[in-house]
Amino acid sequence: MNTLGKMASGVLILIALLSLCAPFVSSYDPDTIDLDNLKEPPNSKHLFGTDNKGRDILSRILYGGRISISISLAAAFLSMTAGLIVGLCSGYFGGRIDMMLMSIADIVLSFPALLLAIAISVILPAGIHTVVLAIVAVGWASFARLIRGSVLILRESTFVDAARALGCGNIRILFRHLMPQCLPIVLVMTGLKLGGYLLTEASLSFLGLGAQPPTATWGSMINANRAYLSSAPWMVIFPGVMIAVTALSFNILGDALRDKYGLKIRG
Amino acid sequence: MRAYLIKKLLLLIPLLLGITLLTFTLAKALPGDPVLSMVGERAQPETIEKIRKELGADKNILSQYAGYIRLIVNGEFGRSYYTNRRVFEDIILKFPNTLKLALAATIIAVPLGLIFGFLSAVKKDTVTDRIISSVSVTGLSIPVFWSGLLIMLLFSLKLKLLPPSGTGDIRFLILPAITLSLPAIAALARVTRTTLLEILDMPFTATARAKGITEMKVLLVHVFKNALIPVITVIGLDFGSYLNGAVLTETIFGWDGIGRFIMEGIMKRDYPVIMGCVIMGTFFFVMITTLIDILYHAIDPRIRLR
Repeated sequence: MNTLGKMASGVLILIALLSLCAPFVSSYDPDTIDLDNLKEPPNSKHLFGTDNKGRDILSRILYGGRISISISLAAAFLSMTAGLIVGLCSGYFGGRIDMMLMSIADIVLSFPALLLAIAISVILPAGIHTVVLAIVAVGWASFARLIRGSVLILRESTFVDAARALGCGNIRILFRHLMPQCLPIVLVMTGLKLGGYLLTEASLSFLGLGAQPPTATWGSMINANRAYLSSAPWMVIFPGVMIAVTALSFNILGDALRDKYGLKIRG
Repeated sequence: MRAYLIKKLLLLIPLLLGITLLTFTLAKALPGDPVLSMVGERAQPETIEKIRKELGADKNILSQYAGYIRLIVNGEFGRSYYTNRRVFEDIILKFPNTLKLALAATIIAVPLGLIFGFLSAVKKDTVTDRIISSVSVTGLSIPVFWSGLLIMLLFSLKLKLLPPSGTGDIRFLILPAITLSLPAIAALARVTRTTLLEILDMPFTATARAKGITEMKVLLVHVFKNALIPVITVIGLDFGSYLNGAVLTETIFGWDGIGRFIMEGIMKRDYPVIMGCVIMGTFFFVMITTLIDILYHAIDPRIRLR
C-alpha cells in the first residue's frame, strides 16, 4: 500500500484507540453538566473547550466517536454481507432469480440515498439501530451489483466446472469457491464506501435522526451547538474536524486499496 | 426511444407503490386515529367522513390500501398536520427556490470541476496533480452541514459580506450555492481525471497525436468528447439530488426550498409532509436519470437505450 494509505490507516487506528480508551484520555464525563464552566474556550483544562451546558467537548467527541465509527463499520459490514449474498446468488443462478434481485437493487439505487435513509429513520424509532438499518437499506444494492458482475464472469471458469464435477453442491460452490474470489473487490468497495457511510451517519445525526440526546455523536453535536456558532465557534469546529479527518482517512484508505489491487471501481 | 421512455415511466409504478405502501403502513402503525393522522386534526368533518368511507375499516387490508391510493390520486389528502395545507401545493410553491439553488450550485461546480480534473489529468503525477487530487478527496470528506456553517461564520458573521440566512435575491443565494457546490466540484474533478487518464491511454489518442494536430486540439476534441459520459452522469446525479431539496444546505441557510420543508416536517413529525416530499423527490430523481440516459444516447449513438 502507498505511504498515504498507510498514514490514513495510522490516523484511523489512532482515532479508534483514543475513542476506545476515552476514560483514560479525558477525565471528564461526557454527559456531566458543569454550570461553573459554560462555553469555556479551549484551554489547558478543557483542550477543546466546553459546550453551553459546561460539558467537555473533547470527552463528548471521544465517546461520540465510538458511536459514529461503530455505526459506519457495522453498516459497511452488513451492507457488504447482504450485498455479497444477493450478488452471489444473482450472478450464479441467473434467470428469474437474477432478474428479480437486480430489479430490486435497481429500484433501491434509483432512490436518492439520503432521502431514503431519512424516510426509514422517520418511520422506525430513532436510535443507533435505525441509523445502521437506514444505511444498509441503501448500501447493499451497490455491493450486490458489483459482485453479480464479477460472479457472471467467474461462474464460467473451469474451476467451477471442476468443483461441480467433484460433486460439490451449489452452496459449497457459492461460498467455498466463488466467494473467496470476490473478496478483494468487496474489500476495496467497502473501503471506498466507509467514508460515505460515516458522512451519512453524521448527516442523519445532524438532522436529529441518529442516536438520541444526551448521547453525543459528532453530527448531533454540530446540530446542538449551531446556535452558538458566532459566540463559541469551537463547539461546532472540533466535531466537524473529527468527521472530516475520519472520512478523509477512510476515503484515502479506500483509494489506496483500490490502487493496490489495480481495480477500476468507483465508490 | 419511445419504448425506452415507456419502460422508464413503468418503472415509476413499483417505485411509487413501494413508497405509498411505506406511508400506508406508517399511517396504520401510528398511535391514534389513522384517518385523523392522514388528513390532519383540523380537517373538515365531511373530508374526514369521506376518507373514513374510502378507507373502509371493515374491509380487508388490500382494499384499504387501494382506497388510500385513490385518495392520493385525487389529491384529497396529504395535508400537513400543522398548516392543514395540501403538501403538493406547498411543494409547487417551494420548488422554484430549490431549482434556483440547484442551478446556481451546478453553474459553479461544472466549470471548476472540469478545469481541475482536466489540469490534474494533463499534468499527471506533477505537483499540480497532487494538490488538486488531495484537495478533491478532502472536498468529498467534508460534511456540507459543517462546511456550510464555517462558510457562514466567515463570510456572514465575521466579515459581514453577505446575509447569513434567508430566501431572496442573489445575495442570499451565493453562500448556500457555494456550500452545495463544494462536494460536487470534488467529485467532478475526480471523475474527470480518472476518465481522461483512461482515454489518454487509448490507441485513438495516439493516432490523433500522430496525425500532427496540436495537443490542445487532441485534448479538447478527441479526448474530452469521449470523457463526457461519466462526467455527465456525475453532474446529472448531483443535480437530481439537489432537486430533492438540498436538505442540509437549505436548512442551515434558511433557504425556503423543498429541503427545508422536509426538515421542518421531520422536526414536527409531520408525516404527510415528509412522505409527500419523498414521493416527489423520487419522481424527480427518476426523471433526471432518464434524461441522463437520453443524453448518453445523444452523445454516443452506439449506446442503446434499454
